Amino acid sequence: MMKSKAKKLKRYVPFYLMFLPGAIYLLINNYLPMAGLVVAFKQYNVRKGIFGSAWCGLKNIRFLFATPDAWVITRNTIFYNASFIIINTVLGIMFAIFICDTINKRMQKIYQSAILFPFLMSAVILSYIVYAFLSQSTGIVNNTILPALGLDAVNWYSEARYWPFLLVFINTWKSIGYGSLIFISSINGIDPTFYEAAKLDGATKWQQIRNIMFPSLTPTIITLTLMSVGRIFYSDFGLFYQVPRNSGMIYSTTNVIDTYVYRGLMKQSNVGMSAAAGFYQSVVGFALVLLANLIVKKFSKENALF
Amino acid sequence: MREKSFSKFQILANTVMIIWTIIVILPFLLLSLSSITDENTLVANGYSFFPEKLSPAAYVYIIKSGVKILKAYGVSILITLIGTAVNVLLSALMAYPLSIKRLPGRRFLNFFVFFTMLFNGGIVPSYLMWTGIFQIKDTIWAQLLPNFLLSAWNVMMIRTYFMTSIPDSLYEAAEIDGASQVKIFCNIVIPLGRPILVTMGTFAGLSYWNDWTNGLYYIVKNKNLYNVQNLLNQMVNNIQYLATSSNSNVTSAASSIPSTAIQMAIAFVAILPIMLIFPTFQKYYSKGLTLGGVKG
Repeated sequence: MMKSKAKKLKRYVPFYLMFLPGAIYLLINNYLPMAGLVVAFKQYNVRKGIFGSAWCGLKNIRFLFATPDAWVITRNTIFYNASFIIINTVLGIMFAIFICDTINKRMQKIYQSAILFPFLMSAVILSYIVYAFLSQSTGIVNNTILPALGLDAVNWYSEARYWPFLLVFINTWKSIGYGSLIFISSINGIDPTFYEAAKLDGATKWQQIRNIMFPSLTPTIITLTLMSVGRIFYSDFGLFYQVPRNSGMIYSTTNVIDTYVYRGLMKQSNVGMSAAAGFYQSVVGFALVLLANLIVKKFSKENALF
Repeated sequence: MREKSFSKFQILANTVMIIWTIIVILPFLLLSLSSITDENTLVANGYSFFPEKLSPAAYVYIIKSGVKILKAYGVSILITLIGTAVNVLLSALMAYPLSIKRLPGRRFLNFFVFFTMLFNGGIVPSYLMWTGIFQIKDTIWAQLLPNFLLSAWNVMMIRTYFMTSIPDSLYEAAEIDGASQVKIFCNIVIPLGRPILVTMGTFAGLSYWNDWTNGLYYIVKNKNLYNVQNLLNQMVNNIQYLATSSNSNVTSAASSIPSTAIQMAIAFVAILPIMLIFPTFQKYYSKGLTLGGVKG
C-alpha cells in the first residue's frame, strides 16, 4: 500500500522539479518582501538588516500619521484613481461604441491601433513627450498655443494647481485605448440578431445603445470598476514620478503613496516612515482587493477573481 | 431610410475618433520632428511642428560619438533578450505542472502563484532585500532579476492556454509510448503552446525594454549599467538639478546633458522596437482578454 503510493508520487516528481525554479523566484522576489513588511515596526539598521534590527512598535506608523504628508498622499492617491476610474469607464465605453460603429473595418483597425499605441510607452518616454509641450522656455504650449490665445506663459513644472487636470488628461491619453479594448470585445460579443430585431421595430441608434449595449456591458462595467476600486491605493509610479519630472514645487498635487515611499527610501534617514507608508499601502490595499472581490462574487460569480 | 439614420451617428463617431487619433499621433510626430530639428532652431523657437531648419546632426552624433548612448542600447538589448528568454522558459515550466489536473497538491501550487497577484510587500522590503541580502546594487543582475523575471499573471495565462488547447489524449499517448516528462514538455507542450508563449514573451520583452525602475533603485554609481530608459531619466534629473541649484557641481552636470535634439533622438530610437512588436501585441488583444483569464 505505502509502496504503491510512493510509486505513484514518484511519477509526479518531474512535474514538481519543473515547478521549482519559478517557485524559488517567487519566494525570493515576492514572498520574502511580504515577510519583510515587518520592517515597518522596526528601527531599521543597515548593518543588521530587516530581521536583525530592533523592534520599535508602532513608532514609525505614529510618526507617519503625525505628518501632514499622510493625509496629502492618501488624498492624492484616491482622488487620482477615482478620476481615472470614472473617465476611463465613461470615455472607454464611448470610444468602444464609436469604434464598433465606424464606416468600415479598416478605419476601425486604424483607430484601435492609434489609441492603443501610447499605452506601450515607458513613463520616461511619456515624460519627454509631455516636456515637449510644457517646457517653460521651449515647450509648444508656452511658445505657440498660449500666445495665439493671447495668454501669458505658465511655468508648468512649478505651479501645483494645474497638475490634477494635466495628470488626468495625460493618463487618459495614455491608457484609454487599452481601457476601451475590453468594452470593444464585449460589444462584439453581442448577438447581432438583437440589433436586427431592434431595427425592424424602428429603434433609433440611441435606443439601441441604451437598450441593447448598456445592459450587456453592465456586468463588465461593474466588475472592472470594482476591481479598480480594489486597487485604489496603488498608483502608476511612472506617471507620478516621471511626468512631473520629480519637481519638488508641485508635490502637493503630484505626490502619491508610491512616490512618497520611494523618496523616503532614497533619503536613507527616512526608511522608517517610508516602510510605514508602504505597510499602510500593502495592508489597506490588500483588504480592498479582498472586499472588491467579495462584492463581485455576490452578483456575478464568473467575474470574481477567486 | 435605414442608411440615413445610421450615417448621422457614424459621422459623429468618426469625427470624434479622427480627432482623438490625431491627438494621439501628434505628440509622437512632435517627438520625431524635434529629433531632426537643428539644435539652434530648437533653442530659439522651441519645439515646433514646422521647424525652420532640419538637421540629422543628432543621429550622426549618436552613431559617431555616442559611446555612452550606444552602451545603454547594448544593455537594453542584452537584458531584454536574456530576460525574455528566461521569463518564457520559467513561465512555461511552471505553467505545465499547473495545467495537469491530476497533479497532487495542484490547488496549493496554484494558490502559491496566484497569491502574489493579490498581495505584495512593496518597494521598501524588496529594496532592502535585494541590496542587503543579495547585494545586487551596481551589478548587471540589478537590471535582470528584480520584478520582471517571472510574472504570476503570465504563468496563469499560459496555464489556462495549455489546459484548453492541448488535448489530454496527446499526453496519454506519449506516456504509453514511454516518453519522459521532459520529452513531452519539449515535443508537445512547447510546440503546441507556441502562440501563447510568443504573446507572453512579447509582454515580458516589453516590460524589460521599458523598465527604468530597476536602474533607478539599484544602479547608483556604475552608470555603465544604465539602459536607455535610465540614460533618458538621468538627463531629466541633470536638467532639474541645473534648474534648481547654483553650486560648483553645475558644470559637471551641464556637460553630461546632450542637446535637446539628441535627447529626442534617443527617445525616438527607444520607441522603434515597440513599433516592431506592436502587431503581435495587438493581434492578441483584439481577440484576447477573454482567453479565459487567470482563474483556476
